[in-house]
Formats: sequence, C-alpha cells, structure tokens
Amino acid sequence: MSKLALRGLTKRFGDVAAVDAVDLAIEPGEFVSLLGPSGCGKTTTLRMIAGFIDPTAGTIEMDGQVLSSPARSLPPERRGMSMIFQSYAVWPNMTVAENVAFGLRLRRLPGEEVRRRVGEMLDVVQMRHLAERYPAELSGGQQQRVALARAIVIKPQVLLLDEPLSNLDANLREEMRFEIKRLHEEFRVTTVYVTHDQAEAMVTSDRIAVMNRGRIEQVDEPHALYTRPRTRFVAGFIGRTNFIDGTCNGAAIEFDGFAVPRGLIAGGAGLAGRVTFSVRPQSMRLARGEAAETAGRPQVAVTVVERAYLGEFWDYVVAPAAGALRLRVTAPPLEVYAVGDAAVLAIDPAQMAPIA
Amino acid sequence: MTIPTTIAQTAKRGAFGRRIAFLEPSMALWLVLVAVLVFLIASPMVRLVISSFQEPETGRFTLANYLEAYGSVRHLRAVLNSLELGLGVALLAGLFGVPIAWAISRTDMPAKGFVRLMVFGAFITPPYLGAIGWILLAGPNAGWLNKLWMATTGAGHGIFNVYSMAGLILVVAVTSFPYVFIFVNSALDLVSSEMEDAANILGAGTLKTTLRVTLPVVVPAIVGGLIVSFLEAIALFGAPALIALPARFHVVSTQLWEFFESPVRVEEAAAFALPLLLITVLMFWLQRAILGRRGYAAVTGKGGERRMIRLGAWRWVMLGYALFVCALSVLLPMTVLLQAAFAKAWGRGLSLDNLTFANFHYLLFEQSQSQQAIVNTFLYSGATAFAALGLALAIAYVVNRRLLPFGGVLAFLCMAPFVIPGIVLAIGFYAAYAPPPLALYGSALILILAFTTRFLPIAYASSAAAMRSISPEMEEAVRILGGGRLLAIRKVLAPLIKKSLAGAWLLVFIPATRELSAAIFLVGPNTRVISVMLFDLSEEGNFEVLAALGAILLVITVAIAAIGFRVIGRDFMLRSGQ
Repeated sequence: MSKLALRGLTKRFGDVAAVDAVDLAIEPGEFVSLLGPSGCGKTTTLRMIAGFIDPTAGTIEMDGQVLSSPARSLPPERRGMSMIFQSYAVWPNMTVAENVAFGLRLRRLPGEEVRRRVGEMLDVVQMRHLAERYPAELSGGQQQRVALARAIVIKPQVLLLDEPLSNLDANLREEMRFEIKRLHEEFRVTTVYVTHDQAEAMVTSDRIAVMNRGRIEQVDEPHALYTRPRTRFVAGFIGRTNFIDGTCNGAAIEFDGFAVPRGLIAGGAGLAGRVTFSVRPQSMRLARGEAAETAGRPQVAVTVVERAYLGEFWDYVVAPAAGALRLRVTAPPLEVYAVGDAAVLAIDPAQMAPIA
Repeated sequence: MTIPTTIAQTAKRGAFGRRIAFLEPSMALWLVLVAVLVFLIASPMVRLVISSFQEPETGRFTLANYLEAYGSVRHLRAVLNSLELGLGVALLAGLFGVPIAWAISRTDMPAKGFVRLMVFGAFITPPYLGAIGWILLAGPNAGWLNKLWMATTGAGHGIFNVYSMAGLILVVAVTSFPYVFIFVNSALDLVSSEMEDAANILGAGTLKTTLRVTLPVVVPAIVGGLIVSFLEAIALFGAPALIALPARFHVVSTQLWEFFESPVRVEEAAAFALPLLLITVLMFWLQRAILGRRGYAAVTGKGGERRMIRLGAWRWVMLGYALFVCALSVLLPMTVLLQAAFAKAWGRGLSLDNLTFANFHYLLFEQSQSQQAIVNTFLYSGATAFAALGLALAIAYVVNRRLLPFGGVLAFLCMAPFVIPGIVLAIGFYAAYAPPPLALYGSALILILAFTTRFLPIAYASSAAAMRSISPEMEEAVRILGGGRLLAIRKVLAPLIKKSLAGAWLLVFIPATRELSAAIFLVGPNTRVISVMLFDLSEEGNFEVLAALGAILLVITVAIAAIGFRVIGRDFMLRSGQ
C-alpha cells in the first residue's frame, strides 16, 4: 500500500485552479520531488498535504486513512508529519537544542530520552557543539541543519520540504543537497520535496513529478525523465533540447532535410501522422565526415551557423543543408568548428523521444 | 559653460574666496547645530543637576536639597506611588494591548477595522481628557456608572471610585495601551507565519503554538511596549493631578508640582526630579539586559502566505473583549465628555431641556482667556513643529550624507530627549532659562523651545528615515551637472521627501497641542495653552465648560489627523509610533 496517496486533488482560488486534479501515489520510504516553475501549484499541493490548506476537491490519504477531503480535514498538528520551510522558521527565542527538542517534548517523552535523541540528532547534522547557541548566532546553512534536525528527530510519518535551499548561496546549496540525500538514506523517511531547481530534484529524488499549471505532467525517475520526456513542457523544463517535427511515411519518419527509419526509434512502430520529437544536444555527434563510432546512425550534412564556447563543452547551432531547421548540438572542447564550416551530424534515434 | 564662469567668479574673490570655494558651506553649519543642541538639551540638563546641589540664595554647593527632597515620608511615599502607578499601568496596558494586537494580526476576528480605529482614537486622546471622562463615569456616587449601579441594584451608594490608585491606574492604562498595541502588532506582522506552521506540523495546537512560539518571539516588542507605558505613566502629570490630588495622595509628578507652588523651590524640585531620569535610563538598560543575546532580528522571516488562525466561536469572545477595551478607553469616556459639553448640568443626563451650546459660546466668544489659549495652542504647536522639523532635517541630512565628522554625536543629542520625562525637561528649562540673563519665564519662546526639545526625537527619527530612503546619487546627479548642494536639496531632495515631511510635521504638531507636563511649569499669564486651561478649569470643578474645551481640542486634532490620513495615507501615526 502507498504511504501517501493524492486522488484528484484540486484547489481553486476563485476561478483559478491552483492545483488541478492531481493524482500521485508515494511508496513508504520514497523520496518524491514536486518540480515546476513558480506558480505551478507545487507549494499549494505540499501545504495541502501538510493540512495548512483544505482541498476544494479530491482527497489525501496516508496509510489508507483519509487526511484531507473537501468535507473535513485533519489539522496539521494531528498528522504526525514534519516540514521544512523556505525561511527555515527556526524559532529565534529557543536555543538549537530547544528547537530540536520541541517536537519530542510535545510527545511527552521522558526528559532523559529527549536529551539523548536530541544529542544523537545533532551529531547526525554535525551541530552538537552549537547546541546552546541561539539561531541569530548561526549561519544560514547551520540554521537549515537545525531545521532538518528538528523535523527528522520526531521520526515523522512524512517529511515535507518547501524549497528549503532557495535562501542559501550557490556553494552551500550544493552541499545541502547531498546532506538531504544522506539524511534520507540514513532514516528512509517518506519525503515530499518541493523545488523549482531541476538539479536539486535530480540529486535527491527517487522520482520526480513535474508540475505545470496545477497539473502533474509526468512522474518518473530522474534518468527516465531526462531521456524519455513525455510532454513538450517536461522536455523543455528539464535540461535543454531541440524540438523537431516529423511526419510518419511508411517505414520512415521524415524530417525537414533528413529521414530516420521508423524501426530505430524506441516506440516508433506505434506512431502515426505528425509527431514532435525531443532531441537532446548531447545525443547528437558532430564530425568532419562519416565516423566509425556512429556508423549505422542517420547522418545529416550540416553547416555550422553559430557557436559559443562554455568551457566544459562547445555549443553549436547547425543547419542541415536542405530545409530551414536549426539544431543545437554540444561537442567536447577539442572538436572545434568555425562558423560556416561544413560537417556531418550523426543522430542517435534511440535517444529521440516522441512527445505529446 | 557653467563651470568656467564659476571658476572665474571664484578667482575674482581673491585668495580667501578661492579657499572657500573648496569648502562646503555646511562646515559652519555643524558648529551652529551643535550650539543649538547644547542650548536645547545639554544646558538645561546640566543646569538641572547643578541646581540640585546649590543653595538657593548663595549658589554654594550643598546636599541640603536632597535631604529636603527625600527627607520626608510623604515625599518618599510619592516615589513609591509613582512606581506602583507605573507597574500597574504597564501590566494593565499589556493585558489590554497584547491580546488585541494578536487578534488583529493573527486571527480571523471580525470588525478589525473598527477596533483599529478605536485604538487609534485612544492613541490621540490626551490622557487628561480620558481622566475627565472617567471622573464623569466613576466619580463617587455622581458618576454615570455608579448611578447605573444604584439604579439596577437599588444600593444606597456606588461601587466605583475613580479617586483612588486603582482608578488612576485604569485611567492611565486605557490611554497608554496603544503603545503596547503598536509595538506588538507591528512585530507580529513581521513574524513569518512559517514560524507557527513549523510548530503546528510538529504537533502543537493553536493555543500551544501561540504561547510557546508566537508570543515568545515578540517578547522584545511586548517588553518595549510595557516599558514605554511604564515610563509614560510615571512621567505623566495631567491625569495624576486630576485624580491623585482629590484622592489625597501624591506621585512624583504632582509632588514636583507642589515644589513649584510659592515659594518656588527649584533646587529641591531638581533634586527630586533626578530619580525619574535615572529610572528611565535604567529601564532602557534593563530592556537590553532582558533581551540578551537571543537575536530577535531573525523575526524577519521571508516568504509564505499568511495564514489567519481560525478561532471559530471564540472569535466573538475575542471581539467582545476588544470592544470592552475600546469602550473603556474611548467610547464611554468620550460619550460622557460630549454629553457634558452640550449640557447645562452634566448630572441631569440626556434630555432636551438640558441641551445647550452655551458652553461653546462661552469659550469661543465670551471669554477672552480661552480664545487666547486656543490660539496660543495652535500657534505654539505649529511653531514647534517647524522648529523641531527644521533642526531635525538639517541634522539628519548632515549625518546621513556624512558631510561632517562626529555626525553620530549630533544624532545622539537629538534622540536624548527621548529618555527625559517632559516634567524633568520643563524643570531643567526653568532652572536654566527662567532666571536672568535670559529671563524667558512666561514668554512664548520658552514654551516653544521646550516643546521643540521634547519632540525633537520624533522629528529626528522621521527625518532620518526619510533621508535614508533617498539615494545620495539623486543629488550627485544634480551636482555633476553644475548645481550646488543647496539647489540639489531644493529641486530634488525636498520634492522627494515632501510627503514624509508632512507626516513628520503632524507627528510633532499633534502631541504638541496636548502637551501638559512641560507646559504647566513654564506658562505665564499670557501664554496659557488649552491643556493648562483644562487643568485650571478642573480645579474649579466646572466640568461642562471643561468638557466643551476638551471637545474643541479633540475635534481640531481629529480633523488634522484626518487630513493626515487623506494626504499621507492611513496609519501614518501608528506606523512611526515606534
């Protein structure tokens, strides 16, 4: 049975559906991210799971029990969850140890046990030496660790994180991603993580639910989400990509300036009519002529029309000899082409993802 | 073209002129500003301390004034009474102010707008008018509440007596709880609701969250509000004089007043006034000590929409409590005050044959003293507002733009009167400037100067805030094009801060129109103001005329505040009440 299940979850503010019929099932111990641009409804969804917002339609279930429905909702304090906020929300009037102990004391655990568990938890987040400090005496990253410790120490049913790293600077953010992943691997708490940063979601998550305009567009493992995006939005939001339109014609799919045998494309047999594909810049190879390693793949004669060097790779825009198509392709730093150079572009049909 | 002409002009002025061209004219200004501040603040305070150690006739050093001032049980009793008053008022003001601030900032209590308006009403009601209202309400036997009690229970005498310490505490608390409200409300508005959400999700219900998280987080604001209420209460003169004197007890302020009855004993008064100053300084030190190292600055949480706490049926209980406080502070006292203002005899109640405009007619057209007091009040207050604001602006400019070294000293001097009770300041002014060579006693100038000093911190805080909001680059753009600093101020800075300045002007003007404790020691026969006249009328027991004069003061104040609302935006007073 799923730990957490959202069924047709909807929240309307006036005429606007902030969250629109969202279905999502999360397994025990799973780490799922809600990823999307601002205003996509991910935070509203999270706050509905927490019980801060009541749904307009649909239900939220935990272990098969209905927590939220339009008729009645369990208040946040009775859900046994915990949450980490954008502002950390570490209480400034309590020391680090008092902050972490708060949830345990509410559960009326004996003082000795509270002290022991707070101490252990602070060890895990490497904050024991700062236990008696007040939050104002801590850095942003340290406050974030206190928030993590405070949320995890109660062994919550579900851990909710609302853009927890958005107030940190870039280096710290990277460090905290791995910290969150490490804590999840250690405690295996069922986790829902809201973010607009795809790298954050990719590092931490078992599965990612990409949201757009109140709906979930696709839920998948990070690798599948990148290689097999199912919608135009997902393909464009996760990483960079080329969208190219093709027409099914017998055994081939024809594009503007070249064609690809239908059988080489994963799931190509079931396609019909006009289809749009997402082709990642990294899935194509640029070469001076026919290369051995790309033998058997469709080869297209192209001209380089733009280039930019980004250090880790070259970013080229190429135009097939026939047609008006422009494709973005990346190449290693030593493969240098000048604008106007002729080249051959090898396309890997296995990495072409048809999108809805 | 401009620059060559400027240089040419400078050359014509010769060597000295050339040197001046590289100096800012504001250099000389600094010395002028320091001199003015010393005159207004340092000199009266130093004079106060010196007098307290001087023999009245010879001017020789003595401790006799202190022995005299603290040598009697009666005088010591007054100090204890003041402390009792201050503590009582602070606690009661907290009891009134904190729940209402919480309800308005955090809950779904209905009628928030009305409650806010009433709190604002309490804020602009001078405490002595509130006291008069309460004398009409709870005077022994004759007061409205007592009559109501006797009528409903058939008892032979009333149960409320405003002429008591309890009565005085109530009267002062209902006019000073807005300080607590403003402090706590604005602090609560800054607390991110994520702080509360975090406690909720960990299992704390509304009550527990409020008691363990929300209120502790705003403790600094609560402490600040209580301290200001405490200090206001012990420095207050009007309400204690109206209530404590008939009740036959003294507080420090009324005792100081007694020292000024002939023969005037300024030296003793000076000695007796110093504890007020010490207590004030001590309180601000205490505030810092209490807050300690807990960084409450973290209160400014970012992000997250505000979630109002749903009180359910309790919201009506909360509203009932808020309305109860509003009734005590504004509705009841102002209703009876208005009734008295339009009555031939207030005790005869509401009836047509008791209705009259005679009180107003008498004040406005018959009695020249009251006409003069009304004119004086608004004249002096206007002059005070201009003087305080002009001085504050000049200093804020110099300090903010770092034109001169030691700007911090100027800023410190400007804010210093904040910790000087009005009554102490007045005695200092009396000691310093009443005797020759200046012999300002009884002149309009000494009142305006004392008022200016008293309200300089308000003017300075507003001016500095306005100045901070304007980037110096605005002026630098003028100067690089060849305009002088004064042109930049006139053409760019002044238009930009116009609105804030109008607000600051009102913030000085309104309290100046009701200032009593500084005025009462410094007025002469021809410089009486409304507040002093109200006080004199109360000694005569003429409550109908008194109420009418109070109504005139209130109506004009409310009208001015309303214009402020219109021009500058709602809440301008509550915002900068800091």
